[in-house]
Amino acid sequence: MIDKKNLHFKILVICWLPLLLIIVDIFLDHLGPNPIRALHIRLGDWSLRFLWITLAITPIQVITNWRGMSDYRRMFGLFCFTYASLHLFVYLVMDQALQWQAIGQDILESTYIWFGVLAYIIIFLLAITTPNRSKKLMGKNWKKLHRFIYLASLLAILHYFLQLKGNLALPFLYALILFILLSFRLILVFKTRQVSKLMLPKGRR
Amino acid sequence: MANNKIKYSIPSYEITDISTFKNRRNIIKAAFASGLLGSGIRLHADDNKPKWSGLSKSHLSIDTPNTPKEIIENYTNYYEFSFNKNDSTVLSQRLTVDPWTIEISGEVEKPGKFNLEDLLRQNTLEERIYRFRCVEAWSMVVPWVGFSLGDLLKKVQPLSTAQFVKFTSIYQPEIMPNQKSNSMLQWPYEEALRIDEAMHPLTLLAVGMYGDTLPKQNGAPLRLIVPWKYGFKNIKAIVKIELLKRAPNTSWNLFAPDEYGFYANVNPDLPHPRWSQNTERLLGGGFFTPRRKTELFNGYAEHVAYLYKDMDLRHFF
Repeated sequence: MIDKKNLHFKILVICWLPLLLIIVDIFLDHLGPNPIRALHIRLGDWSLRFLWITLAITPIQVITNWRGMSDYRRMFGLFCFTYASLHLFVYLVMDQALQWQAIGQDILESTYIWFGVLAYIIIFLLAITTPNRSKKLMGKNWKKLHRFIYLASLLAILHYFLQLKGNLALPFLYALILFILLSFRLILVFKTRQVSKLMLPKGRR
Repeated sequence: MANNKIKYSIPSYEITDISTFKNRRNIIKAAFASGLLGSGIRLHADDNKPKWSGLSKSHLSIDTPNTPKEIIENYTNYYEFSFNKNDSTVLSQRLTVDPWTIEISGEVEKPGKFNLEDLLRQNTLEERIYRFRCVEAWSMVVPWVGFSLGDLLKKVQPLSTAQFVKFTSIYQPEIMPNQKSNSMLQWPYEEALRIDEAMHPLTLLAVGMYGDTLPKQNGAPLRLIVPWKYGFKNIKAIVKIELLKRAPNTSWNLFAPDEYGFYANVNPDLPHPRWSQNTERLLGGGFFTPRRKTELFNGYAEHVAYLYKDMDLRHFF
């Protein structure tokens, strides 16, 4: 038997660990010759990873028939938001030193940032509608809104691809995993349709 | 409007006192030196005494503090070895740079093969402190050691038909993984300049930096430095210089013609198709240091703008 409370705590600790390691590296001066960029990339990477983990919960649940995971989906989603927010913080405060005019021009001239901004807006909306109360308040719309996570994941991967000069091996790997995660859902949707069709009386199939 | 100024405030108690900061670095450095902290950072600095200390500083140098040596040595692209800056620094140590021969051919009176050692004896070495601006929007200030490309070219006497100068980098797939696997660019790396750009007094063939020979990852033993152009024009480990009648293909331009032009002049008003070129991260600063505003021709406009005076810089980028 898995001790549920203990597991929850362990996962929580593991999710904060990347941030802790980043902070340790800041203090040990381990971020290399361009520390701001290193910080920025590491936070972005973790945000992307947590987004992928969040998307992986449903397929894992369906395949393993293990229902316990869905409690964690929300947590992983919030960690994606946390790391994305820190990523944004580093960009605005550390890299651009809050010089709004320069930030405006940088965003306007950098297509890759557009996709990052859009992805963040979606993730932000999903994060603030996390509490059960807003779920109740929004009713059916909650699910509709939270389906935008698929769009956010596509925007995030574009944001990753477009900033690189070459060497697309790593983003291709992320894209491949995303493709598998999303196509799993398509298959699932298709299958449930088939099943519900079968459940209809013969004449109406 | 007065809001161009930097408008962020850090409470004074959060600012690390400079002596504390330096002290912290010293403690960490000492820990590294004594092997306490393992090898998180690979610093490629050799302890031999510098080869060209005390060279005269060229009047073409800028008056800005140099970027620390360890940063220049550990933050450089060398795609032949790896697409990753750390790995390429490590892998480039495989290169053998001595002896080294450079072939000069094409539209010249006196083509030939030259030993690097002979070229060093025949040309006046100078220290030139230049800005270096990468297309990836970071920059540094490097005290190069080298001689004018123009002086070398004059010695081989270009013909009047020579309109372009093409440079070819070393091709050694047995030690260069991305040449071996034919990854990304067409190898060997090739770059070129218009003849007037090549003859310009600012254009340098660098053989060293910080008074010593070039580290391998920085382009040893001989590289091109054209300070008003983006970093990728500054081809490393040159083995061949050809004077040509027509413009040759260049590696990055061939790979993505709408992103990397033949001229590749630093221009803050002309964004790369996917990112802004308006500002740059000057390496060596701390956290919260604002970015630097990128200058037209990387700050060398007064020296080089005339070369392009009748050209539309948006078209000929």
